[in-house]
Amino acid sequence: MKLIYQLGEYTLLMGRVFRKPENWAVYRKQIIKEIYQIGITSLPIVAIISVFMGGVITIQAAFGFTSPWVPLYAVGFTTRESIILEFSPTIVSLILAGKVGSNIASEIGAMRITEQIDALEIMGVNSACYLILPKILAAVFINPFLIAISMFLGLLGGYVMGIAAGAVTSYEYIFGIQSFFETWKVWYAFTKVVVFAYIITSVPAYYGYYTRGGALEVGKSSTQAVVISSILILIFNLIITQIFFT
Amino acid sequence: MIEVKNITKSFDGRTIIEDISFTFEKGKTNLIIGESGCGKTTLLKVMVGLHLPDKGEVLFEGRDFIKMDAKQQQEIRKELGMLFQAGALFDSLTLEENVQFPLDMFTSMSEEEKKERVNFVLSRVKLEGKNKLYPAELSGGMKKRAGLARAISAFPKYLFCDEPNSGLDPKTAIVIDELIHELTKEFNMTTIVITHDMNSVLEIGETILFIHKGKAEWKGTKETVLNSGNEALDNFVFSSEFMRTVYKR
Repeated sequence: MKLIYQLGEYTLLMGRVFRKPENWAVYRKQIIKEIYQIGITSLPIVAIISVFMGGVITIQAAFGFTSPWVPLYAVGFTTRESIILEFSPTIVSLILAGKVGSNIASEIGAMRITEQIDALEIMGVNSACYLILPKILAAVFINPFLIAISMFLGLLGGYVMGIAAGAVTSYEYIFGIQSFFETWKVWYAFTKVVVFAYIITSVPAYYGYYTRGGALEVGKSSTQAVVISSILILIFNLIITQIFFT
Repeated sequence: MIEVKNITKSFDGRTIIEDISFTFEKGKTNLIIGESGCGKTTLLKVMVGLHLPDKGEVLFEGRDFIKMDAKQQQEIRKELGMLFQAGALFDSLTLEENVQFPLDMFTSMSEEEKKERVNFVLSRVKLEGKNKLYPAELSGGMKKRAGLARAISAFPKYLFCDEPNSGLDPKTAIVIDELIHELTKEFNMTTIVITHDMNSVLEIGETILFIHKGKAEWKGTKETVLNSGNEALDNFVFSSEFMRTVYKR
């Protein structure tokens, strides 16, 4: 029952978010701020994780393929497939759900309990639209770039660490990451990124917007936002995969 | 002028305010007083449209706010300014950006005009030169003054103040009261102040509505509040030793 209530509340909130902004110039500034906040500040963590994960995937693949029938370039191929299909779009989005999601829920939640949202409403500003729309648009715009960087750094990490560990040669790795390339898999990955970007921003914004109480409740909203966003990412990952692979 | 007529509001079956009617006069500082939990803030939130009343009317110069559609309500809201208890300044914006926010959002003023207006209202609340500070860098009294500056930056017709001097020392509280009163006269606004501070009542209470247990118990002015003959109001007014000693009760 609570789930249906929350779903209804979320839908109504989104109805208020996707309205015509009062002043596009103000919203444009907000979107640029959010691109920096959501995208640029996430770059270091995404880069570090991607490089190391790329390396780990390469080394694991190299030592997993012990059969002489499996060519060594399969290591590069496996690394590319793992990174493009799953690691960068899904795992990085889950990490962003933690970083960006908790930030959004606590920011909007704190604004709610300190009456800043009431102040916006009294001024005649559509608070839902002003606070949430720029975050959604910013994430949907910047996350594909972030994930593209993650893919590149993941493959680079695999290359550097694979060679350093003696797991693969430069030629085999590069040959492997170019083998059997199918463009639709990139579209599949970026479709997921856009859907996940929407989830990562809109769900925490919902939990923040309807925070009631004090600082304790802001913390609870933030935790709940991350948990629900992560679950939704996994569910939509399955749905999108089912659609693309059948 | 704002008129409220027969306003009733309940939450979860519990009536918070019942059948309240009052006229808040233009160019005057109108006070809503009463004990904590009596329904003052609920009435204020109904008046500014944050709560929908169960019944009653809120008339801004005869225009019924409750019956308006969202777009019409938004137009009225552009004529409102509100000072919140804790200021409610936007944490991510500087003082200047906070004050300029309503101008950015709803006016077609040039950047130069906006800067001029911001500097003017900041000087009116004695915060000149603090433009680049963030709310976290301001003291409690400064936050109230900054909230007031933002509330009046678009030169509103109606100013609402929710316990403007709560949490302030007596000297700063008087400064805030005087500022609200001066600005009311200067901009000829209909100002509504919620308070339970007797200093404020006696300083700036040109018209007073006393709410007791959710009902409009007494209406008057600062000149009549001390001799109202109303038992509930007397209990409220003379609840402190100071008031009893000074006024020999």
